Amino acid sequence: MVNKTELARQFIEAIPHSRALGLTLTHIGEGEAEISMPYNQQLIGDPRTGVIHGGAVSAILDTCCGAAVMSHPSAPGATATIDLRIDYMRAATPGQSIKTRATCYHITRNVAFVRATATDDDADHPVATASGAFTVEGR
Amino acid sequence: MARKRPEPVQVVKQRRDAALNALVEGVPYIRFLGINFDRRGDELTGVLNFDEKLIGNPLLPALHGGVTAAFLEVTAVITLSWEKMFPKIESGEIDADDILSDDSIRFPKTIDFTVDYLRSGLPRDAYARAFINRSGRRYASVRVEAWQDNHARLFAQGTGHFLMPQNPEPKG
Repeated sequence: MVNKTELARQFIEAIPHSRALGLTLTHIGEGEAEISMPYNQQLIGDPRTGVIHGGAVSAILDTCCGAAVMSHPSAPGATATIDLRIDYMRAATPGQSIKTRATCYHITRNVAFVRATATDDDADHPVATASGAFTVEGR
Repeated sequence: MARKRPEPVQVVKQRRDAALNALVEGVPYIRFLGINFDRRGDELTGVLNFDEKLIGNPLLPALHGGVTAAFLEVTAVITLSWEKMFPKIESGEIDADDILSDDSIRFPKTIDFTVDYLRSGLPRDAYARAFINRSGRRYASVRVEAWQDNHARLFAQGTGHFLMPQNPEPKG
């Protein structure tokens, strides 16, 4: 039997921008995904503190949300972002990787609704949260 | 009383471009994405120079949604910082070298950012311009639009809220 996690990992890691960010898919479930991004000096937003730029956090959250949609049993194929809102709670601690977890909590024939959270080593205090709507393609 | 003689154009351009470069070049992530800014007077246009690593869907191909979001957010933060700093750059209170070395110069922090994806981003350069809805002492609201070949056909737009840098309270 084909390992679904392995297949999803290969798919996510084949996306050029995911590779540029060094993203690793660590878990895929039914409408759930977890992706992690190692600390990288190229992604620094504030050179004085070494904190990762919010834009890079948006990119990993967007990828994680998309992966959660594609892993949903009712989603037949690809997806694209319709809208995504990111709330930034605090700066990510420099030197730590960022882990994201997304859940596709509702899906219709055309639209998937997703929520996601990004954390660093301090998993109790989120760095950012996201909520968005995604297309459901390939029906 | 005679009006003060205006500065030579090259002096004005050099001062403004040096300040803008310091603001942009100092941020590794802006270089990573390949973003630069066109300046006309105080008006800025963000330019996202296309590169293969910005692709999110290799089949179409299309720009990564996260890249689009980041491009809009970078344009919003730089425009907001620039507009706040511009009078001080003009008066000579801040010069380019201060922007990264002076710890009292802080940048706005993103509170939230929402992106509307209107059409897929094509594998070519993109442009963005930010409009400040309101910039108060503590908070600012900024709208950003992004387009590629035709400015009338936006491929994304966004709105964000920002926490403005606070000057330390004078003691006493």
